[in-house]
Amino acid sequence: MRSDRSQSAPRGLKIAAAAGLAFLHLPILLIFVYAFTTEEKSYQWPPPGLTTQWFAATWARPDVWQALGLSVQVAAISTAIALVLGTLCAAAVSQTRFFGREAISLLVILPIALPGIITGIALRSAFSLAEIPFSFWTIVLGHATFCVVVVYNNAVARFRRTSGSLIEASMDLGADGFQTFRHVILPNIGTALLAGGMLAFALSFDEVIVTTFTAGQQQTLPIWMLEELVRPRQRPVTNVVAMIVVLATLLPILAAYYLTREGDQIAGAGK
Amino acid sequence: MSVQAVTGATDVAAAILPKRGGFAGSLSDLLWRRPGLLLFLMLAPPLLWLGVVYIGSLIALLAQSFFSIDEFSGLISRELTLKTYGDLFQAANLDIIVRTVTMAALVTLASAVVAFPIAYYAARYARGKWKALFYLGVMLPLWSSYLVKIYAWKLILAKEGILTWLFAKLHLSWLLDSWLSLPVVGGNSLSVSFTGTFIVFVYVWLPFMILPIQAALERVPGNLVEASSDLGASPGQTFRNVLFPLALPGIVAGSIFTFSLTLGDYIIPQIIGTSRLFIGQAVYAQQGTAGNIPLAAAFTVVPIVIMGFYLWGAKRMGAFDAL
Repeated sequence: MRSDRSQSAPRGLKIAAAAGLAFLHLPILLIFVYAFTTEEKSYQWPPPGLTTQWFAATWARPDVWQALGLSVQVAAISTAIALVLGTLCAAAVSQTRFFGREAISLLVILPIALPGIITGIALRSAFSLAEIPFSFWTIVLGHATFCVVVVYNNAVARFRRTSGSLIEASMDLGADGFQTFRHVILPNIGTALLAGGMLAFALSFDEVIVTTFTAGQQQTLPIWMLEELVRPRQRPVTNVVAMIVVLATLLPILAAYYLTREGDQIAGAGK
Repeated sequence: MSVQAVTGATDVAAAILPKRGGFAGSLSDLLWRRPGLLLFLMLAPPLLWLGVVYIGSLIALLAQSFFSIDEFSGLISRELTLKTYGDLFQAANLDIIVRTVTMAALVTLASAVVAFPIAYYAARYARGKWKALFYLGVMLPLWSSYLVKIYAWKLILAKEGILTWLFAKLHLSWLLDSWLSLPVVGGNSLSVSFTGTFIVFVYVWLPFMILPIQAALERVPGNLVEASSDLGASPGQTFRNVLFPLALPGIVAGSIFTFSLTLGDYIIPQIIGTSRLFIGQAVYAQQGTAGNIPLAAAFTVVPIVIMGFYLWGAKRMGAFDAL
């Protein structure tokens, strides 16, 4: 039991916690300021002047649009594959007990538990051994592999809270397996899948380490950014792209949070 | 719920309801009668994918570490040999391994120190709206773009950037300059020094440390801390004897992430750091420009082995319950 007495935290703890949170957030906010700077050649602070011209310059860049398009396509297809595989796996693991259940959980988590460079170079050496040329699908292959775990985690958490007797009741009332899935299971796990799908999309959209090994000459948006970081061509355009990426990943994360917040992720919130 | 009860239920249903017609209906009945088949159909696609694509690739990689490269022709000979592992233990490569492991250990320590107050405040004092704010405050940086975060630090640590400006405003430029003139941690500017690499590593992996510590601290009853101070312990003693031991599984769980991620990263030290390599960069260079895939594969075995031992130790400390 937690004590109900409302106490205030010691001042030192407050300061340390606030400083920690500031450390986490200020650097990202700084990007927003740099997107408006008039300085082109360096990262000068404070910015000598403010302008919105770089938004137009970024809009007119075909390479940015191409990279963005590829990233969105890869993320969409990887998320779709991960949704199917992750849900199947979660349903099997949470609804039934069988030999090797623990091993399956481990297998699903392994692609993000091991450093990305291992996944990346493993895929690359497998492609080269099997003489598979780099293509759109080699990127998807890599991304879907580590997206499965995000969907799986969300779905498993929801299945655990969904009572098995609901499914039995549906079957007893004469629904066949597909009707039960359509009318009972899907509405129950729908928001968890949506949340998992959004996080998987964000994960794939942002992935760079595995992608450098599986993309060949193709440029996803993170690879485009990496190129700009290593060999800067037009720094203000990079600033604008960075700001847009922050905003674009913010929305799915907030949405996923609101979809699952009744759940166990924030256990203890109301205590 | 036993299997008998379930089949009993279907027998009753079959007695009342007409047999289902159509392909979908009979398929559904078949799956209901044979749960093993349903389980097989559910598990086959994900296991085939992960087993073939992922495990298959890992085995292909490990196999290649037993091949070797012909020094004269530059071609890879596909004969099993331990020669590549011999190359791995040359002094230059050992340097890389020691440097990376040291960095990973320092980053893990620093993240734990920075993460603890945030996790403790969120677990014990934040309520309602503040609790949600803390949660989002950790989740947003965790999920926001990895490259953008590194880019932000490139802006901050640049010689003409905000940090240099801040030190100048506070009349502390001498402090920054003397730090940068130190042998190992210093450099031309923060963005080309190990100090910079270290700060960015801590920044990028910090949320991975906060979440498990918070999860561990949520389970510590508040009255335990009160009891400790009622019995006369100073806040420092309470921390050492009550809070820290209870938070330790969470810290170890978080350190799995910070340690493993630092071991394998090659982008952060490439963009913010010196020209001295880390394991990830060595792997990347060996497989790319050098074309020595066997040595690259052997290099990746190092973090796998280290993490294997680390996970084994963490499991013994009960860290997995805090995940």
